[in-house]
Amino acid sequence: MTESSEYCIETLDLNLWYGSFQALKHINARIRRGRITSLIGPSGCGKTTLLRCFNRVNERYGNVRTTGDVRVLGQNLYDPQVSLVELRKAVGLVFQRPNPLPISIYENVVFGLRIHRDRSELKRARLDQAVEEALRSVDLWDSLKDRLRDRATGLQLEQQQKLCIARLLPLKPEVILMDEPCSALDTDATRGVEELMVSLAGRYALVVVTHNMAQARRVSDECIFMLMGELVEHSRTEDLFVNPKDPRTAEYIEGRYG
Amino acid sequence: MRRFLNRWMEHGIETLIRLCGISAVLFVFGIFYFVFREGAGYLFNGLNLKEFFFSIAWHPTSVTHVRYGILALLAGTFSVTVLAMVLAVPFGLGAAIFISEFCNPRVRELLKIVIELLAAIPSVVWGFIGLTIMNSLIIRWFNTPIGLTLLNGGLILALMSVPIIVSIGEDALKAVPDSYREAALAMGATRWQLVYRVLFPAARNGLLAAVLLGVGRAVGETMAVLMATGHSVRIPTSLLDPVRTLTATIAAELGEAPVRSDHYQVLFIIGIVLFTITFCVNLTADLMVRGIRKRQA
Repeated sequence: MTESSEYCIETLDLNLWYGSFQALKHINARIRRGRITSLIGPSGCGKTTLLRCFNRVNERYGNVRTTGDVRVLGQNLYDPQVSLVELRKAVGLVFQRPNPLPISIYENVVFGLRIHRDRSELKRARLDQAVEEALRSVDLWDSLKDRLRDRATGLQLEQQQKLCIARLLPLKPEVILMDEPCSALDTDATRGVEELMVSLAGRYALVVVTHNMAQARRVSDECIFMLMGELVEHSRTEDLFVNPKDPRTAEYIEGRYG
Repeated sequence: MRRFLNRWMEHGIETLIRLCGISAVLFVFGIFYFVFREGAGYLFNGLNLKEFFFSIAWHPTSVTHVRYGILALLAGTFSVTVLAMVLAVPFGLGAAIFISEFCNPRVRELLKIVIELLAAIPSVVWGFIGLTIMNSLIIRWFNTPIGLTLLNGGLILALMSVPIIVSIGEDALKAVPDSYREAALAMGATRWQLVYRVLFPAARNGLLAAVLLGVGRAVGETMAVLMATGHSVRIPTSLLDPVRTLTATIAAELGEAPVRSDHYQVLFIIGIVLFTITFCVNLTADLMVRGIRKRQA
Protein backbone atom coordinates (compact mmCIF):
# COMPACT_ATOMS: atom_id res chain seq x y z
CA MET A 1 0.00 0.00 0.00
CA THR A 2 1.35 3.38 -0.94
CA GLU A 3 -0.95 5.29 1.33
CA SER A 4 1.00 8.46 0.84
CA SER A 5 0.58 8.53 -2.93
CA GLU A 6 -1.62 11.32 -4.14
CA TYR A 7 -3.24 9.03 -6.69
CA CYS A 8 -5.79 6.40 -5.78
CA ILE A 9 -6.09 4.82 -9.21
CA GLU A 10 -3.40 4.50 -11.84
CA THR A 11 -3.62 2.66 -15.11
CA LEU A 12 -0.58 1.63 -17.09
CA ASP A 13 -0.98 0.87 -20.78
CA LEU A 14 -4.44 -0.58 -20.23
CA ASN A 15 -6.03 -2.33 -23.20
CA LEU A 16 -9.39 -4.03 -23.20
CA TRP A 17 -11.17 -6.09 -25.83
CA TYR A 18 -14.79 -7.22 -26.05
CA GLY A 19 -14.28 -10.23 -28.29
CA SER A 20 -12.29 -8.79 -31.17
CA PHE A 21 -13.37 -5.20 -30.61
CA GLN A 22 -10.81 -3.11 -28.79
CA ALA A 23 -12.69 -0.80 -26.46
CA LEU A 24 -9.71 0.68 -24.59
CA LYS A 25 -6.36 1.48 -26.18
CA HIS A 26 -3.21 2.14 -24.19
CA ILE A 27 -4.88 4.06 -21.40
CA ASN A 28 -2.55 5.77 -18.95
CA ALA A 29 -4.62 7.61 -16.40
CA ARG A 30 -4.09 8.75 -12.87
CA ILE A 31 -6.97 9.60 -10.61
CA ARG A 32 -6.25 11.91 -7.71
CA ARG A 33 -7.39 11.17 -4.18
CA GLY A 34 -10.27 13.15 -2.80
CA ARG A 35 -11.05 14.89 -6.08
CA ILE A 36 -13.86 14.65 -8.56
CA THR A 37 -12.67 13.46 -11.95
CA SER A 38 -15.02 13.44 -14.91
CA LEU A 39 -14.73 11.06 -17.82
CA ILE A 40 -16.17 12.74 -20.89
CA GLY A 41 -16.39 11.85 -24.56
CA PRO A 42 -18.91 10.82 -27.18
CA SER A 43 -20.94 7.59 -26.92
CA GLY A 44 -18.87 4.48 -27.42
CA CYS A 45 -15.58 6.16 -26.58
CA GLY A 46 -14.91 3.70 -23.75
CA LYS A 47 -15.50 5.90 -20.75
CA THR A 48 -17.99 3.57 -19.09
CA THR A 49 -15.77 0.60 -19.88
CA LEU A 50 -12.83 2.33 -18.23
CA LEU A 51 -14.94 3.17 -15.19
CA ARG A 52 -16.11 -0.42 -14.86
CA CYS A 53 -12.52 -1.65 -15.10
CA PHE A 54 -11.76 0.09 -11.82
CA ASN A 55 -14.18 -2.24 -10.04
CA ARG A 56 -13.87 -5.17 -12.46
CA VAL A 57 -17.61 -5.51 -12.94
CA ASN A 58 -17.30 -5.68 -16.71
CA GLU A 59 -15.87 -9.17 -16.40
CA ARG A 60 -19.34 -10.56 -15.91
CA TYR A 61 -19.79 -10.56 -19.66
CA GLY A 62 -17.58 -13.51 -20.54
CA ASN A 63 -15.69 -12.34 -23.61
CA VAL A 64 -13.62 -9.58 -22.00
CA ARG A 65 -9.82 -9.62 -22.30
CA THR A 66 -7.52 -7.11 -20.64
CA THR A 67 -3.82 -6.32 -20.78
CA GLY A 68 -1.85 -3.75 -18.85
CA ASP A 69 -2.05 -2.69 -15.24
CA VAL A 70 -4.67 -1.04 -13.11
CA ARG A 71 -3.40 -0.02 -9.71
CA VAL A 72 -5.98 0.81 -7.12
CA LEU A 73 -4.58 2.08 -3.84
CA GLY A 74 -1.20 0.74 -4.91
CA GLN A 75 -2.36 -2.80 -5.65
CA ASN A 76 -2.53 -4.25 -9.11
CA LEU A 77 -6.14 -5.18 -9.78
CA TYR A 78 -5.27 -8.07 -12.03
CA ASP A 79 -2.85 -9.61 -9.58
CA PRO A 80 -4.36 -13.02 -8.81
CA GLN A 81 -3.73 -12.41 -5.13
CA VAL A 82 -6.03 -9.42 -5.02
CA SER A 83 -9.40 -10.23 -3.53
CA LEU A 84 -12.24 -8.90 -5.67
CA VAL A 85 -14.40 -8.72 -2.61
CA GLU A 86 -11.93 -6.45 -0.80
CA LEU A 87 -11.37 -4.38 -3.92
CA ARG A 88 -15.06 -3.74 -4.37
CA LYS A 89 -15.34 -2.74 -0.76
CA ALA A 90 -12.82 0.05 -1.38
CA VAL A 91 -14.17 1.03 -4.79
CA GLY A 92 -17.92 1.54 -4.86
CA LEU A 93 -19.99 1.86 -8.01
CA VAL A 94 -23.12 3.90 -8.69
CA PHE A 95 -25.07 2.93 -11.78
CA GLN A 96 -26.80 4.85 -14.51
CA ARG A 97 -30.25 3.75 -13.44
CA PRO A 98 -30.76 3.82 -9.70
CA ASN A 99 -30.77 0.20 -8.61
CA PRO A 100 -31.63 -0.07 -4.93
CA LEU A 101 -32.14 -3.70 -3.93
CA PRO A 102 -35.73 -4.88 -3.49
CA ILE A 103 -35.41 -4.90 0.29
CA SER A 104 -36.02 -2.21 2.90
CA ILE A 105 -34.23 1.13 2.91
CA TYR A 106 -32.50 0.12 6.13
CA GLU A 107 -31.31 -3.19 4.70
CA ASN A 108 -30.05 -1.46 1.57
CA VAL A 109 -27.80 0.77 3.62
CA VAL A 110 -26.43 -2.03 5.79
CA PHE A 111 -26.14 -4.48 2.89
CA GLY A 112 -22.42 -3.83 2.55
CA LEU A 113 -21.82 -4.42 6.25
CA ARG A 114 -23.85 -7.61 6.17
CA ILE A 115 -21.82 -9.09 3.34
CA HIS A 116 -18.41 -7.91 4.53
CA ARG A 117 -18.53 -8.10 8.29
CA ASP A 118 -18.83 -10.98 10.64
CA ARG A 119 -22.28 -11.48 12.07
CA SER A 120 -20.95 -11.01 15.61
CA GLU A 121 -19.79 -7.50 14.77
CA LEU A 122 -23.20 -6.46 13.58
CA LYS A 123 -24.84 -5.31 16.76
CA ARG A 124 -28.12 -3.56 16.38
CA ALA A 125 -26.84 -0.26 17.68
CA ARG A 126 -23.92 -0.28 15.32
CA LEU A 127 -26.14 -0.90 12.31
CA ASP A 128 -28.55 1.82 13.39
CA GLN A 129 -25.67 4.21 13.71
CA ALA A 130 -24.27 3.27 10.31
CA VAL A 131 -27.65 3.85 8.70
CA GLU A 132 -28.06 7.25 10.29
CA GLU A 133 -24.54 8.34 9.34
CA ALA A 134 -24.84 7.18 5.76
CA LEU A 135 -28.26 8.71 5.23
CA ARG A 136 -27.15 11.98 6.82
CA SER A 137 -24.17 12.12 4.48
CA VAL A 138 -26.49 11.98 1.48
CA ASP A 139 -29.06 14.26 3.07
CA LEU A 140 -31.81 11.66 3.18
CA TRP A 141 -32.01 11.10 6.91
CA ASP A 142 -34.62 13.71 7.67
CA SER A 143 -36.97 12.63 4.92
CA LEU A 144 -36.57 8.88 5.39
CA LYS A 145 -35.91 8.34 9.08
CA ASP A 146 -39.52 7.36 9.78
CA ARG A 147 -39.84 4.95 6.88
CA LEU A 148 -36.64 2.93 7.06
CA ARG A 149 -38.67 -0.30 6.86
CA ASP A 150 -40.28 0.65 3.53
CA ARG A 151 -39.15 -0.99 0.36
CA ALA A 152 -36.38 1.00 -1.25
CA THR A 153 -37.72 0.40 -4.75
CA GLY A 154 -40.74 2.56 -3.96
CA LEU A 155 -38.74 5.78 -3.45
CA GLN A 156 -38.51 8.65 -5.93
CA LEU A 157 -35.67 8.29 -8.41
CA GLU A 158 -33.56 11.01 -6.83
CA GLN A 159 -33.90 9.38 -3.42
CA GLN A 160 -33.14 6.00 -4.94
CA GLN A 161 -29.95 7.29 -6.51
CA LYS A 162 -28.87 8.97 -3.28
CA LEU A 163 -29.62 5.76 -1.44
CA CYS A 164 -27.41 3.89 -3.91
CA ILE A 165 -24.62 6.30 -2.95
CA ALA A 166 -25.43 6.02 0.75
CA ARG A 167 -25.18 2.24 0.78
CA LEU A 168 -21.54 2.46 -0.29
CA LEU A 169 -20.54 4.69 2.60
CA PRO A 170 -20.68 2.30 5.60
CA LEU A 171 -17.83 0.35 3.99
CA LYS A 172 -15.67 3.47 4.01
CA PRO A 173 -14.62 3.28 0.37
CA GLU A 174 -11.68 5.25 -1.02
CA VAL A 175 -13.23 5.75 -4.41
CA ILE A 176 -16.80 6.09 -5.61
CA LEU A 177 -17.32 5.43 -9.31
CA MET A 178 -20.42 6.91 -10.90
CA ASP A 179 -21.70 5.87 -14.29
CA GLU A 180 -23.83 8.74 -15.61
CA PRO A 181 -25.49 9.03 -12.22
CA CYS A 182 -27.92 11.73 -13.31
CA SER A 183 -28.96 10.56 -16.75
CA ALA A 184 -32.20 9.04 -15.45
CA LEU A 185 -33.02 12.09 -13.31
CA ASP A 186 -34.78 15.39 -13.99
CA THR A 187 -33.18 18.81 -13.51
CA ASP A 188 -34.00 19.25 -9.83
CA ALA A 189 -32.92 15.75 -8.96
CA THR A 190 -29.74 16.26 -10.97
CA ARG A 191 -28.94 19.37 -8.99
CA GLY A 192 -29.54 17.45 -5.77
CA VAL A 193 -27.16 14.66 -6.76
CA GLU A 194 -24.53 17.12 -8.03
CA GLU A 195 -24.57 19.00 -4.74
CA LEU A 196 -24.16 15.68 -3.00
CA MET A 197 -21.13 14.83 -5.16
CA VAL A 198 -19.45 18.09 -4.24
CA SER A 199 -20.13 17.51 -0.57
CA LEU A 200 -18.68 14.00 -0.73
CA ALA A 201 -15.50 15.08 -2.50
CA GLY A 202 -12.53 15.30 -0.18
CA ARG A 203 -13.58 12.33 1.87
CA TYR A 204 -13.80 10.18 -1.22
CA ALA A 205 -12.37 10.31 -4.70
CA LEU A 206 -15.19 10.47 -7.21
CA VAL A 207 -14.88 9.31 -10.80
CA VAL A 208 -17.90 10.36 -12.80
CA VAL A 209 -18.81 9.33 -16.32
CA THR A 210 -21.01 11.94 -17.88
CA HIS A 211 -22.48 12.85 -21.22
CA ASN A 212 -23.30 16.25 -19.94
CA MET A 213 -20.37 18.59 -20.47
CA ALA A 214 -21.98 21.30 -18.42
CA GLN A 215 -22.17 18.86 -15.53
CA ALA A 216 -18.51 17.93 -15.91
CA ARG A 217 -17.70 21.61 -15.83
CA ARG A 218 -19.88 22.30 -12.81
CA VAL A 219 -18.77 19.51 -10.51
CA SER A 220 -15.38 18.16 -11.45
CA ASP A 221 -11.87 19.19 -10.48
CA GLU A 222 -10.29 17.28 -13.34
CA CYS A 223 -11.49 16.02 -16.67
CA ILE A 224 -10.43 13.14 -18.84
CA PHE A 225 -11.49 13.35 -22.48
CA MET A 226 -11.70 10.06 -24.33
CA LEU A 227 -12.27 9.30 -27.99
CA MET A 228 -12.49 5.92 -29.76
CA GLY A 229 -11.00 4.06 -26.83
CA GLU A 230 -8.08 6.44 -26.38
CA LEU A 231 -7.36 8.88 -23.64
CA VAL A 232 -6.94 12.16 -25.50
CA GLU A 233 -6.49 14.68 -22.76
CA HIS A 234 -6.41 14.80 -18.98
CA SER A 235 -6.14 18.10 -17.20
CA ARG A 236 -7.81 20.38 -14.70
CA THR A 237 -11.37 21.08 -15.65
CA GLU A 238 -10.95 24.80 -16.26
CA ASP A 239 -7.87 24.17 -18.41
CA LEU A 240 -9.58 21.52 -20.46
CA PHE A 241 -12.60 23.65 -21.21
CA VAL A 242 -10.87 27.01 -21.59
CA ASN A 243 -7.58 25.93 -23.00
CA PRO A 244 -7.73 22.46 -24.56
CA LYS A 245 -4.35 21.22 -25.72
CA ASP A 246 -5.55 18.70 -28.26
CA PRO A 247 -7.53 19.90 -31.30
CA ARG A 248 -9.90 16.91 -30.93
CA THR A 249 -10.79 18.03 -27.44
CA ALA A 250 -11.40 21.53 -28.66
CA GLU A 251 -13.71 20.26 -31.38
CA TYR A 252 -15.64 18.09 -28.95
CA ILE A 253 -16.23 20.78 -26.36
CA GLU A 254 -17.28 23.17 -29.09
CA GLY A 255 -19.84 20.58 -30.08
CA ARG A 256 -18.53 19.73 -33.54
CA TYR A 257 -19.28 16.04 -32.86
CA GLY A 258 -20.45 13.77 -30.08
CA MET B 1 -65.86 -12.66 -54.77
CA ARG B 2 -62.33 -13.23 -53.57
CA ARG B 3 -62.60 -10.39 -51.07
CA PHE B 4 -65.79 -11.84 -49.74
CA LEU B 5 -64.14 -15.24 -49.33
CA ASN B 6 -61.14 -13.69 -47.60
CA ARG B 7 -63.28 -11.84 -45.17
CA TRP B 8 -65.28 -14.96 -44.45
CA MET B 9 -62.06 -16.92 -43.84
CA GLU B 10 -60.75 -14.25 -41.52
CA HIS B 11 -63.95 -14.28 -39.57
CA GLY B 12 -64.09 -18.06 -39.42
CA ILE B 13 -60.54 -18.40 -38.18
CA GLU B 14 -61.06 -15.73 -35.56
CA THR B 15 -64.11 -17.55 -34.26
CA LEU B 16 -62.20 -20.83 -34.20
CA ILE B 17 -59.34 -19.32 -32.21
CA ARG B 18 -61.79 -17.72 -29.84
CA LEU B 19 -63.45 -21.09 -29.30
CA CYS B 20 -60.11 -22.74 -28.56
CA GLY B 21 -59.42 -20.10 -25.94
CA ILE B 22 -62.77 -20.45 -24.25
CA SER B 23 -62.72 -24.24 -24.44
CA ALA B 24 -60.16 -24.51 -21.61
CA VAL B 25 -62.62 -22.82 -19.27
CA LEU B 26 -65.47 -24.98 -20.53
CA PHE B 27 -63.48 -28.15 -19.98
CA VAL B 28 -62.56 -27.26 -16.42
CA PHE B 29 -66.10 -26.42 -15.49
CA GLY B 30 -67.37 -29.42 -17.42
CA ILE B 31 -65.07 -31.79 -15.54
CA PHE B 32 -66.02 -30.28 -12.22
CA TYR B 33 -69.70 -30.47 -13.10
CA PHE B 34 -69.64 -34.12 -14.10
CA VAL B 35 -67.50 -35.23 -11.18
CA PHE B 36 -69.81 -33.34 -8.88
CA ARG B 37 -72.94 -34.77 -10.51
CA GLU B 38 -71.74 -38.33 -10.13
CA GLY B 39 -71.05 -37.86 -6.45
CA ALA B 40 -73.77 -35.37 -5.53
CA GLY B 41 -76.55 -37.86 -4.86
CA TYR B 42 -74.76 -39.63 -2.05
CA LEU B 43 -72.94 -36.49 -0.86
CA PHE B 44 -76.21 -34.78 0.09
CA ASN B 45 -78.18 -37.85 0.90
CA GLY B 46 -76.62 -40.60 2.94
CA LEU B 47 -72.98 -39.66 3.43
CA ASN B 48 -71.96 -39.21 7.03
CA LEU B 49 -69.56 -36.28 6.61
CA LYS B 50 -68.12 -36.68 10.06
CA GLU B 51 -67.26 -40.30 9.48
CA PHE B 52 -66.06 -39.49 5.98
CA PHE B 53 -63.42 -37.02 7.12
CA PHE B 54 -62.55 -38.32 10.60
CA SER B 55 -62.67 -42.08 10.42
CA ILE B 56 -59.80 -44.23 9.34
CA ALA B 57 -62.08 -47.13 8.51
CA TRP B 58 -62.29 -47.58 4.76
CA HIS B 59 -64.40 -50.68 4.18
CA PRO B 60 -66.37 -49.95 1.03
CA THR B 61 -67.08 -53.57 0.20
CA SER B 62 -67.75 -54.95 3.67
CA VAL B 63 -70.74 -57.29 3.74
CA THR B 64 -71.85 -56.48 7.24
CA HIS B 65 -70.80 -52.91 7.94
CA VAL B 66 -69.81 -50.64 5.08
CA ARG B 67 -67.75 -47.67 6.20
CA TYR B 68 -66.36 -44.80 4.17
CA GLY B 69 -63.70 -43.01 6.21
CA ILE B 70 -60.98 -41.27 4.24
CA LEU B 71 -58.84 -40.00 7.11
CA ALA B 72 -56.20 -42.65 6.44
CA LEU B 73 -56.27 -41.89 2.75
CA LEU B 74 -55.92 -38.17 3.44
CA ALA B 75 -53.03 -39.00 5.75
CA GLY B 76 -51.52 -41.11 2.99
CA THR B 77 -51.76 -38.35 0.41
CA PHE B 78 -50.54 -35.79 2.92
CA SER B 79 -47.56 -37.81 4.14
CA VAL B 80 -46.41 -38.81 0.66
CA THR B 81 -46.70 -35.21 -0.51
CA VAL B 82 -44.84 -33.80 2.47
CA LEU B 83 -42.06 -36.34 2.13
CA ALA B 84 -41.81 -35.66 -1.60
CA MET B 85 -41.57 -31.92 -0.96
CA VAL B 86 -38.99 -32.30 1.80
CA LEU B 87 -36.83 -34.06 -0.76
CA ALA B 88 -37.78 -32.16 -3.91
CA VAL B 89 -37.79 -28.55 -2.70
CA PRO B 90 -34.12 -28.29 -1.69
CA PHE B 91 -33.05 -30.23 -4.77
CA GLY B 92 -35.33 -28.38 -7.14
CA LEU B 93 -34.54 -24.90 -5.87
CA GLY B 94 -30.86 -25.76 -5.70
CA ALA B 95 -30.93 -26.89 -9.31
CA ALA B 96 -32.85 -23.78 -10.33
CA ILE B 97 -30.27 -21.57 -8.64
CA PHE B 98 -27.42 -23.47 -10.22
CA ILE B 99 -28.93 -23.25 -13.69
CA SER B 100 -29.81 -19.60 -13.48
CA GLU B 101 -26.82 -18.20 -11.57
CA PHE B 102 -23.83 -20.50 -11.46
CA CYS B 103 -23.41 -22.46 -14.66
CA ASN B 104 -22.16 -21.38 -18.05
CA PRO B 105 -24.60 -21.02 -20.95
CA ARG B 106 -23.72 -24.30 -22.61
CA VAL B 107 -24.22 -26.38 -19.46
CA ARG B 108 -27.41 -24.41 -18.81
CA GLU B 109 -28.94 -25.39 -22.16
CA LEU B 110 -27.95 -29.00 -21.67
CA LEU B 111 -29.42 -29.14 -18.17
CA LYS B 112 -32.65 -27.52 -19.27
CA ILE B 113 -33.11 -30.10 -22.01
CA VAL B 114 -32.41 -32.97 -19.62
CA ILE B 115 -34.81 -31.60 -17.04
CA GLU B 116 -37.53 -31.27 -19.64
CA LEU B 117 -36.88 -34.89 -20.56
CA LEU B 118 -37.29 -35.80 -16.91
CA ALA B 119 -40.65 -34.04 -16.91
CA ALA B 120 -41.73 -36.00 -19.95
CA ILE B 121 -41.27 -39.48 -18.45
CA PRO B 122 -44.74 -41.07 -18.15
CA SER B 123 -45.90 -41.62 -14.60
CA VAL B 124 -46.41 -45.34 -15.12
CA VAL B 125 -42.71 -45.61 -15.90
CA TRP B 126 -41.94 -43.91 -12.61
CA GLY B 127 -44.30 -46.37 -10.96
CA PHE B 128 -42.44 -49.19 -12.60
CA ILE B 129 -39.14 -47.85 -11.25
CA GLY B 130 -40.72 -47.66 -7.79
CA LEU B 131 -42.08 -51.16 -8.04
CA THR B 132 -38.85 -52.79 -9.12
CA ILE B 133 -35.67 -50.78 -8.52
CA MET B 134 -36.63 -48.73 -5.49
CA ASN B 135 -38.46 -51.64 -3.97
CA SER B 136 -35.41 -53.89 -4.00
CA LEU B 137 -33.11 -51.08 -2.90
CA ILE B 138 -35.28 -50.28 0.10
CA ILE B 139 -35.53 -53.95 1.03
CA ARG B 140 -31.76 -54.25 0.89
CA TRP B 141 -30.85 -50.99 2.69
CA PHE B 142 -33.45 -51.03 5.43
CA ASN B 143 -33.75 -54.77 5.76
CA THR B 144 -37.53 -54.72 5.54
CA PRO B 145 -39.76 -57.46 4.13
CA ILE B 146 -41.27 -55.11 1.57
CA GLY B 147 -40.07 -51.94 -0.07
CA LEU B 148 -43.39 -50.57 -1.30
CA THR B 149 -43.65 -47.88 1.32
CA LEU B 150 -44.22 -44.25 2.09
CA LEU B 151 -40.50 -43.72 1.52
CA ASN B 152 -40.66 -45.30 -1.92
CA GLY B 153 -43.66 -43.25 -3.01
CA GLY B 154 -42.16 -40.06 -1.60
CA LEU B 155 -38.91 -40.60 -3.47
CA ILE B 156 -40.70 -41.27 -6.75
CA LEU B 157 -42.95 -38.26 -6.33
CA ALA B 158 -39.97 -36.10 -5.44
CA LEU B 159 -38.27 -37.10 -8.67
CA MET B 160 -41.44 -36.27 -10.56
CA SER B 161 -41.90 -32.86 -8.93
CA VAL B 162 -38.31 -31.68 -9.28
CA PRO B 163 -38.57 -30.75 -12.99
CA ILE B 164 -41.56 -28.48 -12.33
CA ILE B 165 -39.87 -26.82 -9.39
CA VAL B 166 -36.69 -26.33 -11.39
CA SER B 167 -38.27 -24.82 -14.47
CA ILE B 168 -40.68 -22.47 -12.66
CA GLY B 169 -38.01 -21.57 -10.10
CA GLU B 170 -35.53 -20.79 -12.84
CA ASP B 171 -38.07 -18.55 -14.56
CA ALA B 172 -38.58 -16.70 -11.29
CA LEU B 173 -34.84 -16.14 -10.87
CA LYS B 174 -34.48 -15.09 -14.51
CA ALA B 175 -37.18 -12.48 -13.95
CA VAL B 176 -35.07 -10.71 -11.33
CA PRO B 177 -33.62 -7.63 -13.07
CA ASP B 178 -29.93 -7.88 -13.79
CA SER B 179 -29.36 -4.48 -12.21
CA TYR B 180 -29.90 -6.05 -8.78
CA ARG B 181 -27.17 -8.58 -9.48
CA GLU B 182 -24.81 -5.86 -10.64
CA ALA B 183 -25.55 -3.76 -7.60
CA ALA B 184 -24.76 -6.57 -5.20
CA LEU B 185 -21.70 -7.81 -7.07
CA ALA B 186 -20.27 -4.31 -7.40
CA MET B 187 -20.46 -4.01 -3.62
CA GLY B 188 -18.36 -7.12 -3.28
CA ALA B 189 -21.04 -9.73 -2.62
CA THR B 190 -20.02 -13.29 -3.36
CA ARG B 191 -22.30 -15.32 -5.59
CA TRP B 192 -23.88 -17.14 -2.70
CA GLN B 193 -24.46 -13.88 -0.82
CA LEU B 194 -26.05 -12.55 -3.98
CA VAL B 195 -28.36 -15.55 -4.07
CA TYR B 196 -29.58 -15.52 -0.52
CA ARG B 197 -29.50 -11.81 0.22
CA VAL B 198 -30.81 -10.46 -3.07
CA LEU B 199 -32.33 -13.12 -5.29
CA PHE B 200 -34.29 -14.94 -2.59
CA PRO B 201 -36.11 -11.82 -1.43
CA ALA B 202 -36.55 -10.58 -5.00
CA ALA B 203 -37.84 -13.86 -6.41
CA ARG B 204 -39.59 -15.06 -3.26
CA ASN B 205 -43.07 -15.24 -4.75
CA GLY B 206 -41.98 -17.02 -7.88
CA LEU B 207 -39.99 -19.57 -5.91
CA LEU B 208 -42.98 -20.16 -3.64
CA ALA B 209 -45.17 -20.63 -6.69
CA ALA B 210 -42.69 -23.18 -8.00
CA VAL B 211 -42.92 -25.12 -4.76
CA LEU B 212 -46.71 -25.00 -4.74
CA LEU B 213 -46.95 -26.24 -8.31
CA GLY B 214 -44.69 -29.09 -7.24
CA VAL B 215 -47.11 -29.79 -4.39
CA GLY B 216 -50.00 -29.76 -6.86
CA ARG B 217 -48.19 -32.30 -8.98
CA ALA B 218 -47.50 -34.52 -5.99
CA VAL B 219 -51.06 -34.40 -4.64
CA GLY B 220 -52.59 -35.25 -8.00
CA GLU B 221 -50.22 -37.99 -9.08
CA THR B 222 -51.88 -41.39 -9.25
CA MET B 223 -50.26 -44.18 -11.15
CA ALA B 224 -46.75 -43.90 -9.73
CA VAL B 225 -47.91 -43.75 -6.12
CA LEU B 226 -50.41 -46.54 -6.71
CA MET B 227 -47.55 -48.77 -7.80
CA ALA B 228 -44.94 -47.62 -5.29
CA THR B 229 -46.67 -47.12 -1.95
CA GLY B 230 -47.92 -50.60 -1.12
CA HIS B 231 -51.59 -49.66 -1.10
CA SER B 232 -52.54 -50.41 2.48
CA VAL B 233 -55.08 -48.20 4.23
CA ARG B 234 -53.52 -46.84 7.39
CA ILE B 235 -52.07 -43.78 8.98
CA PRO B 236 -48.31 -44.23 8.58
CA THR B 237 -46.14 -44.08 11.67
CA SER B 238 -42.80 -44.53 9.96
CA LEU B 239 -41.21 -44.00 6.57
CA LEU B 240 -41.25 -47.74 6.05
CA ASP B 241 -45.03 -48.12 6.42
CA PRO B 242 -47.05 -48.72 3.30
CA VAL B 243 -49.74 -46.13 2.66
CA ARG B 244 -52.55 -45.48 0.27
CA THR B 245 -53.44 -42.14 -1.27
CA LEU B 246 -56.76 -40.64 -2.36
CA THR B 247 -55.81 -40.84 -6.01
CA ALA B 248 -54.65 -44.43 -5.83
CA THR B 249 -57.91 -45.43 -4.16
CA ILE B 250 -59.99 -44.01 -6.96
CA ALA B 251 -57.82 -45.59 -9.62
CA ALA B 252 -57.84 -48.98 -7.95
CA GLU B 253 -61.50 -49.22 -6.98
CA LEU B 254 -63.52 -47.31 -9.53
CA GLY B 255 -63.39 -50.10 -12.07
CA GLU B 256 -64.90 -52.58 -9.62
CA ALA B 257 -67.52 -50.40 -8.01
CA PRO B 258 -70.97 -50.91 -9.56
CA VAL B 259 -72.03 -47.76 -11.40
CA ARG B 260 -74.16 -45.39 -9.25
CA SER B 261 -73.67 -47.53 -6.15
CA ASP B 262 -72.78 -45.78 -2.91
CA HIS B 263 -69.19 -46.92 -3.26
CA TYR B 264 -69.02 -45.50 -6.79
CA GLN B 265 -70.43 -42.17 -5.62
CA VAL B 266 -68.08 -41.97 -2.67
CA LEU B 267 -65.14 -42.40 -5.03
CA PHE B 268 -66.42 -39.41 -6.96
CA ILE B 269 -66.72 -37.44 -3.72
CA ILE B 270 -63.06 -38.24 -3.12
CA GLY B 271 -62.52 -36.84 -6.60
CA ILE B 272 -64.23 -33.62 -5.50
CA VAL B 273 -61.99 -33.45 -2.42
CA LEU B 274 -58.90 -33.92 -4.58
CA PHE B 275 -60.08 -31.39 -7.10
CA THR B 276 -60.63 -28.88 -4.32
CA ILE B 277 -57.16 -29.45 -2.85
CA THR B 278 -55.31 -29.12 -6.15
CA PHE B 279 -57.47 -26.19 -7.19
CA CYS B 280 -56.59 -24.31 -3.99
CA VAL B 281 -52.89 -25.09 -4.34
CA ASN B 282 -52.77 -24.02 -7.98
CA LEU B 283 -54.82 -20.91 -7.38
CA THR B 284 -52.47 -19.84 -4.60
CA ALA B 285 -49.48 -20.44 -6.84
CA ASP B 286 -51.07 -18.51 -9.66
CA LEU B 287 -51.97 -15.54 -7.49
CA MET B 288 -48.39 -15.46 -6.28
CA VAL B 289 -46.97 -15.45 -9.80
CA ARG B 290 -49.33 -12.63 -10.67
CA GLY B 291 -48.13 -10.83 -7.57
CA ILE B 292 -44.58 -10.82 -8.92
CA ARG B 293 -45.54 -9.61 -12.36
CA LYS B 294 -47.47 -6.70 -10.93
CA ARG B 295 -44.63 -5.68 -8.68
CA GLN B 296 -42.17 -5.76 -11.55
CA ALA B 297 -44.37 -3.78 -13.92
